[in-house]
Formats: sequence, C-alpha cells, structure tokens
Amino acid sequence: MAAEVSSRYAVQMHGITKRFGSFYALTDVDLDVEKGTIHSILGENGAGKSTLMNVLYGLYQADAGEIYIGGKQVDIKNPTAAIEHGIGMVHQHFMLVENFTVTQNIVLGTEPTKGGVKLDMKQARRNVLDIVQKYGLEVNPDALIRDITVGMQQRVEILKALYRGAEILILDEPTAVLTEQEIDELLKIMKKLIEDGKTIIIITHKLKEIQASSDVCTIIRRGQYIDTVPVKGVTEDDLAEMMVGHAVKLVVEKEPPNPGRVVLDIQNLYVKNEQHLDAVKDFNLQVRAGEIVGIAGIDGNGQAELMEAVNNLKRCKGKIIVDGVEIQNKTPKFGIDHGVATIPADRHKDGLVLGFTVYENTILEKYRTEEYSPKGTIDRKKMRSFAEELIKAYDVRPEDCGPKLAGGLSGGNQQKIIIGREIAQEPKLLIAIQPTRGLDVGAIENVHKMLIKERDNGVAVLLISFELDEVMNVSDRIAVIYDGHIQQIFKHGTVDNRTLGRVMAGGKVEPSEIRDLPDEVAYAAPAVGEPSEEPMEEPVEEPAVVEPAVSLAEVIAAGNAAADAEEAASAIAEPEYIVRSAAAEEPAPDRSIEEAEKTSETMEHMQEEIDSMHKAIEDIQKQLSLVLQKMSDANTDVD
Amino acid sequence: MESLRKKFFSHPFVLTIIAIVLGFAVASVILLLAGFPPKESIETLVQSMIGRPKDIASVIIRSTPIIFTGLGVAFAIKTGLFNIGAEGQYIMGCVVATMVGSMLDFPKPVAVLMVVISAMLVSALYAGFVGFLKAQFGIHEVITSIMLNWIALYFSNWVCGLDFFHKPGTIGMYPVNDCTYTMLLPVWKKSEAGQAFLAEHPVLQETLGRTDVNIGFIVAIIAALYISHLLNRTRKGYELRAVGLNIHAARFSGINVNRSIVHAMMISGALCGLGAAFYVTGQSPHTVSTLSSFENVGFNGLSVAFIAFSSPIGCIFAGLLFGGLLYGGAGLQSKVGAPTEIINIVIGVIVFFCALSYLIPRFVDRLDAAKISKRRARQLAKEKAKAQKAAAAGKDGKKGGSDVV
Repeated sequence: MAAEVSSRYAVQMHGITKRFGSFYALTDVDLDVEKGTIHSILGENGAGKSTLMNVLYGLYQADAGEIYIGGKQVDIKNPTAAIEHGIGMVHQHFMLVENFTVTQNIVLGTEPTKGGVKLDMKQARRNVLDIVQKYGLEVNPDALIRDITVGMQQRVEILKALYRGAEILILDEPTAVLTEQEIDELLKIMKKLIEDGKTIIIITHKLKEIQASSDVCTIIRRGQYIDTVPVKGVTEDDLAEMMVGHAVKLVVEKEPPNPGRVVLDIQNLYVKNEQHLDAVKDFNLQVRAGEIVGIAGIDGNGQAELMEAVNNLKRCKGKIIVDGVEIQNKTPKFGIDHGVATIPADRHKDGLVLGFTVYENTILEKYRTEEYSPKGTIDRKKMRSFAEELIKAYDVRPEDCGPKLAGGLSGGNQQKIIIGREIAQEPKLLIAIQPTRGLDVGAIENVHKMLIKERDNGVAVLLISFELDEVMNVSDRIAVIYDGHIQQIFKHGTVDNRTLGRVMAGGKVEPSEIRDLPDEVAYAAPAVGEPSEEPMEEPVEEPAVVEPAVSLAEVIAAGNAAADAEEAASAIAEPEYIVRSAAAEEPAPDRSIEEAEKTSETMEHMQEEIDSMHKAIEDIQKQLSLVLQKMSDANTDVD
Repeated sequence: MESLRKKFFSHPFVLTIIAIVLGFAVASVILLLAGFPPKESIETLVQSMIGRPKDIASVIIRSTPIIFTGLGVAFAIKTGLFNIGAEGQYIMGCVVATMVGSMLDFPKPVAVLMVVISAMLVSALYAGFVGFLKAQFGIHEVITSIMLNWIALYFSNWVCGLDFFHKPGTIGMYPVNDCTYTMLLPVWKKSEAGQAFLAEHPVLQETLGRTDVNIGFIVAIIAALYISHLLNRTRKGYELRAVGLNIHAARFSGINVNRSIVHAMMISGALCGLGAAFYVTGQSPHTVSTLSSFENVGFNGLSVAFIAFSSPIGCIFAGLLFGGLLYGGAGLQSKVGAPTEIINIVIGVIVFFCALSYLIPRFVDRLDAAKISKRRARQLAKEKAKAQKAAAAGKDGKKGGSDVV
C-alpha cells in the first residue's frame, strides 16, 4: 500500500481516482516510484495504466488523490506544469513533425533565439549535440524525422524530454514498435539514464520486458491497484496472474500438425509499394491444409504488400493459387468466394464497420448470399439468429451487444466478432494478420486457440505477426520474410528467437544450427519457477540451449557460401515433414561451408538422375504407343 | 451504463427539437435588437404558416421540391457522399422535364410518366458522372459537383434561349403541356361543375381551388418510405451504407466499392430529378426561366438533410418546416414589417445547432456523472459511518467479553 511521503521517492501518487462520465478508470490507485529506479506499470489493455500516467503528466486531472514529486505535494494542471516538475513523457505514438529535422523537433517549443525573435538554429544544434553526448544517445541532428527508423524516432522523443530537463521519464509502451535489436538498444539506453540519476516509469503489458528492464513493478487491474512487487522476486507467470486475475498459460498447447494438400501456393510473386518499388519480390510459399504457417519479419519487409496482393487490394505479378484456382489480380470478392477468409491487421479500418450494429457486422460477407438476402432483401431474422449464435459461440461480451454499434465494444470482443465471422465462412485458407494486436493476455490465448482449432479442422492457416513469440508459439512452420522474399523457413521448435531475429535482419542460418531445442526455448518462454534473473539477456548461457555457432558478422562474411547452403537449409523445412536431415539429427558444431556445398552438389546429381529417369519414361511411353499402334493396325488387318 | 436521460437526449428527434427551439430563441433576440416585438413576430410567423387551410396547402406545395432534394442529399450522406450538387441535378431535372413536357402530347399517365422518367434519368446521370469521377479518379465529389452546378445553371439558361424552346415575349421556355399536369383534378376544378362544387365548400375552394395542390407531396412521402426501406432492409442498401460508413472494410469484405459510389450518386440525383419533375408538372408557371442565380432548391435540400439528421422520413418533416419558414417569412414581412432575412437567420441557427447537437449528449453525460459521484460520495460516507459504528460496537463487545473472563 501507499508508502510514507518522503524525498526518497521521485513520484508518489496516492489514492488517485479518475472518472470518465460514470465510468471509473482509476479507483484509489497508489504508486510510489523510488528515485533512480525503473518502475513498470503492468496491466491489461484498458486497465488504466495510461490513464494513471496521463494524470501524472497533466493531461487528465484526477478526481481525487494527491501527487508528490520528491516528497512535495504538487498540482499538475497541464503538461507544461509537468515539464516544470521534471516529468517527461514519450507517448506510444510519437509526437514528431515528420518534415522537421531531429534538431528542430527536439527544440520545438523552446527554441533558442537571437534577441528574442530570430531563431538561432546553430545554438539549437549545439544544444542538441551536447545532450546527445551527455547521455550517449547517438542520433544525427540534421536528419529528417521521416528518414530515420522508428527506434531513432523514439530516441528523439527521449532526447526531447531530456532537453526539457526531465528527471522522471514516462515511456508509454516503448517497445510496441521496435525490433528485437532496437529493444536491446533501448534497454541499454534506459540503464544509462538510470546511472545518470534519472527515474523511469514504463507502461507495458509485456511481461518479458519487465523482467528484462525493471526493478519494481506495480500491477493495475481494471482501474484497481493490485500490488507493487520487486521484479527479481517474481516469475512471469506470477505477474501474468496478478495482471489478469487468473493463471494464464503462456505456452500454446497443440498437437503436432497433420498437413494435407497444398491449399495456398504463391509462386514468384512481385508486388509494388506506394513508391512503385518492388516490396515483394520473387516470393514463394506454400501452405497446406491442416498446418499453420507463420510469417515472421520486421514490419516493412513486404508483409503489408503481400497481404494486399492476396486480398486483391493491389495488382501483382506472379501467381497466387488457392486450391487450384488463380486468385491474383481479381476482386476481393473473388478471393472470398474461393475460400479465402482474412482476419485483417487493422480491425477498425478493414475488419468492422464500426457504425454498423454487431448484427450487421456478422454478415459483412454473407449478406450477399441468397440465404441471407433472398430477392435482395436482407433476412433480418436470419441475420439475428446467426449473430446470436456467433456471440454465444465466441463469448462476445456483453452478450446483449447484438443490436448495439460494433464501435462500442472493446478491442478483444471486436476481434472475436471478426474471427467468428471469418471462421463461419468455412474457409479453405484462413489468413490472420496481427490477430492479437492490442489484446490482453486472456484474449490472446483465446485467439490462438481458435486458430489452432481451425488448423485441426483441416483449414490452411497463414499467420502474419510482428510478435515473434506469437509466430514461434502458434506456427507449425515459420517462414521469415526479409526484403520482400522468404529468407528461410523453419520447423516449429527448431529455432530460438535470437536466431530468428538474426534471419529477420537479413542473415541466414546454416542447417547445422537448426536443431531441436528444449521446449522452454522453442516456445520462447522461460520455464515456470525458473529463478532466471535476466532471461532476455542470458538465455544463451542455459546449458540446454545451443548458441548458434556463427555470429551475424560471420554470416555476412560467409556470404555466397550461405546462399549455396540455402537449398540444403530450406530442404530441412520442407512441408512434407520428412524433414530432419541427417545433418540436423547429429549435431555437427563445426560443419563447414564445404559440406554445405557438397550437399548442394549431391542435390544437383539427384536432379540429373531425375532428368535421366524422365527421359527413360518418355522412351518407354514412345515404345508403348508404337506397340499400341501396331496392335490396332493388326486388328484392322484381321477385319 | 447509459442513463435513460442520456438516451433520450441522444435521439435525433429530440436534438432537432432542441435545435429548433434554440433557433427561435436566437431569432427572438435578434428581432428584439432590431426593434420588433419577438412574441408577436413569431406568432405572426406561425400564423402565416398554418393559419388558414390555404396556408397549409401552400406550405406543402412549397416544401415538396425541398423534401425531394433533401431526400437526395440525405441518401447520399447515408452512403458517405456529400452531394452538394443537388442544386445542379435539380436544375437539370427541371430543364429536361420542361423540354420533354412541352413537346409531348400523350394520354395523361403516359405523358407524366415520360416526363418523370426523363428528368430522373438525366439527373441520375448528371450525379452519376460525379460518382464516376470519384470512383475512378478519386476526385472529391464536392469539387466536381459545385462545378457541375454552374454548368447546369448555364445549360438551363442556354436552353431557355434556344429558338425551339424559348417562348417569345418571356424570359423562359414554353411551359409543359396540359397532359403532363400533376395537380389534383386540374380540369375539373376549372370546369363549371367543379367551380360550383368548390363554391359550396370553402375549405376545398381555398386549397384545391386557389392553389396548385399536386400529387408531388404524396410521391415524396412514398419516396421517403421507399428510400428508408432501401437503405435499411435491402442488400443494395446494406452495401451502400457499409461503403458510406467504412469504405475500407467494405472493400475488404468484397463489396464493389466503385460501383456502389456511382450507384449511390445516381440514386441521389434521381431523387432530385424526381422533385424537379413534380415541380414543373405540378406548379405554375410549369416552366423554367432564365436564372440569374441559383434558386437554392438543392442547397436548401442540404439544410433539410442536416436538420433531419439524414433520416429519410425525417426529411418530410424537416422539409415541411423549411418550406413553412420560407412561406411564412413572406407573411412576417408584410404583417410585422420584419425583414425576411430574419427567417434565414432562424434557418441558419437551426442548422448550426443541429451540427452542434452532438455536444448535448455529452453535456447530459456530465450532469449524470456529477449526480452519480455525489450519490457515491454520500454512500461512502454512510458506509464509513457504519464501519465506525461497527468498530465501536466491536470494541464494546470485546470489553464485555474480557470483563466476563
């Protein structure tokens, strides 16, 4: 509970209550953040953590409660006051001017001037460089924001706060948009800032990051204060349980897949992006009935364009074949009519008509069938009964939401409606793009279960996600997309997230590095009760885990050799699941490039053999036809 | 939880009423400032709107074209389009109806049908062109339709000047032939028997005899009902609304978005054309004159659609209110001497408050929240008091217990 007010604490918020209309977003919440620590605020989506921080940053006014900064009670009326008290906030969605330089963005609002009127950008640049050096946050002060990476943009946001003299930094979901590597960088930056005496508050619902970054964690559930715990003493499962209120399994339980015929066959696909450059190039992928293929990759490597092409929202070159029918360059309806159902990435934009009722949303594809609109008039009874069934089957809440607008539901429930609707299409191919984005742990588990159930029903499932854990846990095969093509395909459980991260960044993994990993690594979640201190940094030292022998630099150096080994590597992940080449079975830590070349040579030989066999078969066919000809001739002779 | 009160104050009908009341309130202030007695003025206004049967008939006649254009605009809004081109589509409808009507000589139902269909068709195509440009090239419908409004105006004036259509001695075209008239009993009421009958029935004499009561209003009601049905009950309407509310989701779910946009504009235009056909055939002078500026029938349709919150049925009432204010405004000027501009202010304020009305539920929400928090505070205080009492009682109990021991 609330600690005594003392200057030992950077921030103390006692008994904070915040109400929106008649809805209580926060009820009597306490927060005590010690100086010089990283303090996480953990909670599900909508638990109130952002609200709490917005109260601290002066964006909202609390209806009750006190705020103390360094032991002194303060009244924070607006962000300006917050900044005066040394509080800086980095929002989840960056507040940067795209067409301004880094310097211009950092000094925006507090620009140094000459004589109070003329901008002194030289001075500004010097100031920025000073602060960049002081905190070791390297960034080019003259680059335009739109030209730098998301990770860099975040740095600019942090610098912006520091420039304004922030002693207490609030980071709202700082890792949501970052790659694994960028997250590591951010963690380093945070450690550095702590050394410099700053205090950091992180808002997050990602358990792993708390373990990796924070000292103390405060858990909020549905606007109520639950507990504040030192991170070292608890496991992820403990935190998850406190967050959602019941035990949640982090590992997805599923049977081995039972793949059947090829349902989705993408051949030599090329798709252009907005800039008319090939965002997807020479893309090949097959998904079979009864398996889940996950596409892992960093955002911006062609996933969006790939999906636009598959959903017929964009023209493309190449072939997209669903169950023998080419669906590319047709209409979205054509794909839907041929058994493709898609759970779109952006449920508000593509998934739902928020201004429609839930009833109406459930028939967004079905409405045009004779069954649902006989003679052009919507059968409302039919629509209602179908929707009610869906609401019941997928536990959409509140259960009387049917006649209400879909926009009024929470994200998880909206997602349930979309998933239910798409599954009700009885698709041959189910595509799920970021299906758990913005959902809380319980809802995520549900979505994964639904996908696996569809797989078990013989549907081909294609999962695209930027959440590495999700792809690793749910997929039967993991295809890494890089620069618009499939870089490499792995079987479920044969890679850890570090290795995968490397491939996502453009590297390649040699066949020798792919092997069966112990479950806890394969599923990217530490074992329950494991007293791991820094699981994100240290898993490679676990004896069970084999750190891939080659580093990224070596992979790049290996260059062509790796490319040669590609065939051998991808052969391991052949969908037939004969898989497990001899090389993978017997650990060969020093398997050399030569051997890889040998493999590809062998394969060439095999190809030659097959070709010669083809010839032989052709010869036999010729002879046969000759014989048949003779026979028929003979018959006519007899006649 | 949504309170009942909030639900009540979120209803479009209630909001419209509030906007209208506020509109008159502002008008009263302005009348007062201008030196006219507000109460008498507004009474006069209402009196001249609905005072006599003739007035009511005139209001209905005046409203009919505005209801049609309002319906067209409202339909477009429901499908995500802002049809500011209703004016141009209405003008095109009028010109074509007059052209066709002045040349025809067929039995009545055929002639009327031909005029109506030709006007609807041309207006639909005129609006459909806007939809086509939007669907195919992404040009915003507001820009194209504003331009097309002017083109329609000058096309109308050009046709008025053509030898074939221009009626010598006037600034307009030849009026449509009698066979296309859509007034109620146009021949009978001019005949001797009719005149004699009407002379005996003063109410009918005033309405049927003195005004151009026509079937347009009935058609407008039917059209409103049909559009309401189309939007809310049919496959087509479902598609059009989906496109209007979220074009991305509509496209994603396989709806042909481009076709929907063109169709929506065509239906919207057809409604304006329908209004034009009944204006030309149903009211004197049964023709189109050279225009120096827009007559605002289409633009008034925009206001009607706003006041009706784009509800097709609501357009009937909003159109009547609008037509009534326009008609009654003339009376206000003649009887009180207040300028008719005051009516424009009233209309403007009503539309303004309709646009602002989304604030009303929020305001109510705030009131509710304040009430709830008060109640909660009281409850908390009660609970605290109870707890204290209980604690005190507990202490007593303990004391008693120890005494026994």
